[in-house]
Amino acid sequence: MLAKLRRDLPAKLTVTPAVLVALIVFVGCLLWTVYISFTGSRLLPNYEWAAFAQYERLFATARWQIAYSNMFIFGVLFIGICLVLGFLLAVAIDQNIRAEGVFRTVFLYPLSMSFVVTGLAWQWFLNPTLGLQAVVRDLGFEDFVFDWLVRGDRAIYTLVIAAVWQASGLVMAIMLAGLRGIDREIWRATRIDGVHPARVYWHIVLPMLRPMVLTAVVLLAIAVVKSYDLVVAMTRGGPGNASDLPARFVIDHTFERANLGLAAAGAVVMLVTMAAAVVPYLYTEMRRRER
Amino acid sequence: MTVLKPTDASAAPTGRRSLDIAAWATGSQRRFLSPGRIGLYAFLIISAVYFAIPLYVMVVTSLKTMDEIRQGDLLALPNALDFSAWVRAWSSACTGLTCEGIQVGFWNSVQILVPSLVLSIFISALTGYALAMWRVPRAGLILGLLLVGGFIPYQVVIYPLVLIVSNLGLYSSLPGIVLIHIVFGLPILTLIFRNYYASMPPELIRAARVDGGGFFTIFFWIALPMSKSILVVALILQMTGIWNDFLLGLIFAGRENLPMTVQLNNLVNTTFGEREYNVNMAATMLTAIPPLVVYFLSGRYFVRGIMAGAVKG
Repeated sequence: MLAKLRRDLPAKLTVTPAVLVALIVFVGCLLWTVYISFTGSRLLPNYEWAAFAQYERLFATARWQIAYSNMFIFGVLFIGICLVLGFLLAVAIDQNIRAEGVFRTVFLYPLSMSFVVTGLAWQWFLNPTLGLQAVVRDLGFEDFVFDWLVRGDRAIYTLVIAAVWQASGLVMAIMLAGLRGIDREIWRATRIDGVHPARVYWHIVLPMLRPMVLTAVVLLAIAVVKSYDLVVAMTRGGPGNASDLPARFVIDHTFERANLGLAAAGAVVMLVTMAAAVVPYLYTEMRRRER
Repeated sequence: MTVLKPTDASAAPTGRRSLDIAAWATGSQRRFLSPGRIGLYAFLIISAVYFAIPLYVMVVTSLKTMDEIRQGDLLALPNALDFSAWVRAWSSACTGLTCEGIQVGFWNSVQILVPSLVLSIFISALTGYALAMWRVPRAGLILGLLLVGGFIPYQVVIYPLVLIVSNLGLYSSLPGIVLIHIVFGLPILTLIFRNYYASMPPELIRAARVDGGGFFTIFFWIALPMSKSILVVALILQMTGIWNDFLLGLIFAGRENLPMTVQLNNLVNTTFGEREYNVNMAATMLTAIPPLVVYFLSGRYFVRGIMAGAVKG
């Protein structure tokens, strides 16, 4: 008994730092932030209970309203377009094409680039004076307008364009792995029955790729939450605060505006929103797989 | 609770013909002439242009003179190869208060990357090994906690973490940012190592124990030598992740150690006077090159590395 205890001791000691990190950072810090969001903290933490005052202030703040609704616009479009484009690219690449390796490399390389690099590259490419708009005008389309980057009501969509560029290769890679794992017999069988390939993809292949879709959605959802770098590099939240996102709102209010309670409330809303979006989805997927 | 088995997307199964569905849909045997095939290639080529154009524009812009850039013609090749913007971006462009170029950030990033990489992988591998191959009480709970940790947005824990790191006397220092990278790397890395070691035959470790092998002996002489492929995956995941990090470096590294991504953003977004687009793009390329090199060298391992981050419950 004692020998056994001694034998397992190094393993227990090894695991201790990880357990401490998990408890202090992922549980302790999280609970601290949740508590602070229920206090009147401003410049410094203050532990006096203030119930939902910060949340009421938060949702009455115009900048937060913009940032929060932008998160839905950005999240839905980014995840949706990445999934559709990534799936189509994977299907296209799986058609025994020429130069498959070249296409795959081109679709995937942006993934290695940081959101900062992505944002700066697209900021330059989409700038109205010398970028895409000027190029198309030089081609003879004098009235062509593409000034979304500097338009308050459109800047958020330029973030979607850049983020899709960066991440849809990932979806392609995941889906391609799934497609190549599918039993080839399906194709022979449906071919004999004369079923159109588009219907096979929609009704048979896509349902078989559910686990891949799940993986992709989770990864993309994490990217939405981490989109701080992209906004800061590409639009700096502008023009004005039109393309702000909660990730940037929280960091700004924590460090520059020294408004801790409000920032904490924003962070908690971010966390809850993400959990509300991902957990039910994960849950139904898990249940489906168990059956 | 499992981490997605790294699937191999980019390794084309050689010797297996993939399906030629477009040709078959149109009933044509002449693959490269059928309308379906043409549509397929049109889609692929248009997509390729969308993916390639920002990189192309970055490269040609960085090689032009400002006069050339002002003339417009974003897509035109430069009149002459002019590397002066690259030299300026590297050694004399202004990044905020100082004007010593992006090289400062480059070396800062290297200094942050190397210790973070070595320590985070070593600690996570050891922790994953302990959880998978030894009897640790509540191992399931520990894994669950780490899994949750992998999902928490930085914004939720960042301020209390600043307080903790300050109390340790490490705020705004190199050891501070390294510690932070180890902490945030821990969940995913530990999970992928744990799952890798859990899939090894248990007889292996049992036999080693009978021969008197202890915890560390077995780790260094049996487990570690058998983990080459997963080490490569972890290496790629952390190299690109830490190099591309912006937020953590901005907050924890301190003015003296700001990583390249932060310096790059300062260089491009906080310039006074006329913007030098060629220098900006050269600096952007310089920052993008290290992870791009990792991508081109690692090939199929790159996708595995990214997908290893896909934790499914």
